[in-house]
Amino acid sequence: MTKEAIIRVNDLTIGYGDYVLLHDANFQVNKGDIFIIMGGSGCGKSSMLRVLTGLLPPKKGNVIINGTDITQASPAELQKIREQSGILYQSGALFSSMTLAENIMLPLQQYSDYSPSTIKELAHLKLALVGLNGFDDFYPSEISGGMKKRAGLARALALDPDIVYFDEPSAGLDPISSRNLDDLIIELNRSLGTTIVVVTHELASLFAIGTNSIFLDANTKTILAQGNPKELLKNPPNKEVYQFLTRGETK
Amino acid sequence: MKTIDTLTNMSIQITTEKDTLHISVNGDIVNFDTQTTLKKIQKSITKQIKKIIFINNNLQKWDSSLLLLAFETICLAKDKKISYSIDSMPKNLQELITLAFAVNRKPSHKTSDQKDFLEEVGFKTLSITSKIKTVCKYIGEILSSIGRWLTANSVMRKIDFLSALDDCGPKAIGIVSLISFLVGLILAFVGAVQLQMFGAQIYVASLVTIGMCRIMGAIMVGIIIAGRTGSAYAATIGTMQVNEELDALQTMGLSRIDFLVLPRLLSLLIAMPILTILADFMGMIGGAFVGVFMMNLPYQEYWKYALDAFSLKNFLVGIFHGFCFGFIIALCGCYCGLTCGRNADSVGVATTRSVVNAIVWMIVVTGIITVICQELGI
Repeated sequence: MTKEAIIRVNDLTIGYGDYVLLHDANFQVNKGDIFIIMGGSGCGKSSMLRVLTGLLPPKKGNVIINGTDITQASPAELQKIREQSGILYQSGALFSSMTLAENIMLPLQQYSDYSPSTIKELAHLKLALVGLNGFDDFYPSEISGGMKKRAGLARALALDPDIVYFDEPSAGLDPISSRNLDDLIIELNRSLGTTIVVVTHELASLFAIGTNSIFLDANTKTILAQGNPKELLKNPPNKEVYQFLTRGETK
Repeated sequence: MKTIDTLTNMSIQITTEKDTLHISVNGDIVNFDTQTTLKKIQKSITKQIKKIIFINNNLQKWDSSLLLLAFETICLAKDKKISYSIDSMPKNLQELITLAFAVNRKPSHKTSDQKDFLEEVGFKTLSITSKIKTVCKYIGEILSSIGRWLTANSVMRKIDFLSALDDCGPKAIGIVSLISFLVGLILAFVGAVQLQMFGAQIYVASLVTIGMCRIMGAIMVGIIIAGRTGSAYAATIGTMQVNEELDALQTMGLSRIDFLVLPRLLSLLIAMPILTILADFMGMIGGAFVGVFMMNLPYQEYWKYALDAFSLKNFLVGIFHGFCFGFIIALCGCYCGLTCGRNADSVGVATTRSVVNAIVWMIVVTGIITVICQELGI
């Protein structure tokens, strides 16, 4: 049975000014996948994420999410796509002047028709889902880095999105917190059926959670490989992918 | 054979034999300034030279200076497509050289910053045009945000507005009062010295009242608030940019203008005229302090002259200035924050820019209002 694509990227070229970071990228993310965007530093992983979330216009090509081309979409269409997706930034990007609950309540207040008390309860629930039960009234400055990421994830999940994007979820976390966050991602993918797109170069993490992936290469500025990370390790299509997945070992 | 650098226990000899350049090193090559030697090597590489060979002639100690010499010489050889050999050099030096040339990846996007005059003019023109477009778009967004607020469709949170109002209003009363009092005092002092010569010191009251109410009160409040609140706006929003909070807002589909700029703008539009009234009053008290306590003018008489000089027109012009300054400070502070870069250094730059821009635009607007008032006979 072929899976249905939720994101389709066609002939995408990304860059800044005259500089091209990646050219003619083609791939698709299927519904329910945990999709990894991997590659060495400077290959354009985070820029790809910015393009997928509509923050950076591509130089060429299109990105079709749930049937809408976001590179051609009207502000209203883009808005609708954004409501259907959540993002967890590297730093969590929580609003420091608000409590954790208020951070989660913000998109709910804006886009849902729930009553204020239901919104409050929903925020509490989302925090509980990410293991932050009882932290509703804490400010971001009062919690640890790992907890901030969890709270950021709770906010990303606020509107029950179809897709959640993660930008380097393991960055700055100790191995245990990193592992716990991976488990949480798998659990949320399994239980909520959310499609997850993760930008990372953490090998342990990408092998643990990834069901599909692309490998971006800074030298050729192209996608060098696509597939399940474990399969890519077993049958590496080229030496760059093999070296990346084995921390620089040579065959 | 030519010895070009010889110290007590080291020597580097450069010799040419047919089409080969020999660089022979001997002794301790430590803390050695390679530049002179390199220039000489460069001169020795004539068109006939097809190969460069480094010779280990009883080399003892060596450090990065020898490594640098070898590296630069190899670079020269590669540039001129000449073969080279470092086989007789110590093994670890060979390994370091291999390491230095292992990755030959040069950034392809780095272009020279040097531009000729015409390029520079074109570049600046495009940059100014783009800035004007951005500012126009920003002002348009603010106006449409005000429209949304008036039709109750804005995402501005009441608590953000109250917090901003508290920050730029009550919390600024102390500093505004003190500075305005001192400005009134200085105005009175400066005026008194001149007026005393004509025996007209009582007109100090008129001078201070007109000066403070018409423009000085508003200007002083503007400068204080630009430094205190406008810079804080730029720093806060700039830090949100660094922490990706602005991206988060955008991807949540929330208007950055509604959420961040509108509460700050509205609070300043309310607070600035009120602070201007306070500044006018405190300036007049400062003037009275000099008049009554230092020039021994009768208290009642001072206030009589002060009130006679007070005119509603001047007072309202001052408040209008305050209102305009509030708009300018909020606009500049928030704009610099929103256009801030993504590193800590940019936040400092944004903060400075917000204060400088606000003060410059306040002066420009004061000039425009003064001319208009003059034309209208106000």
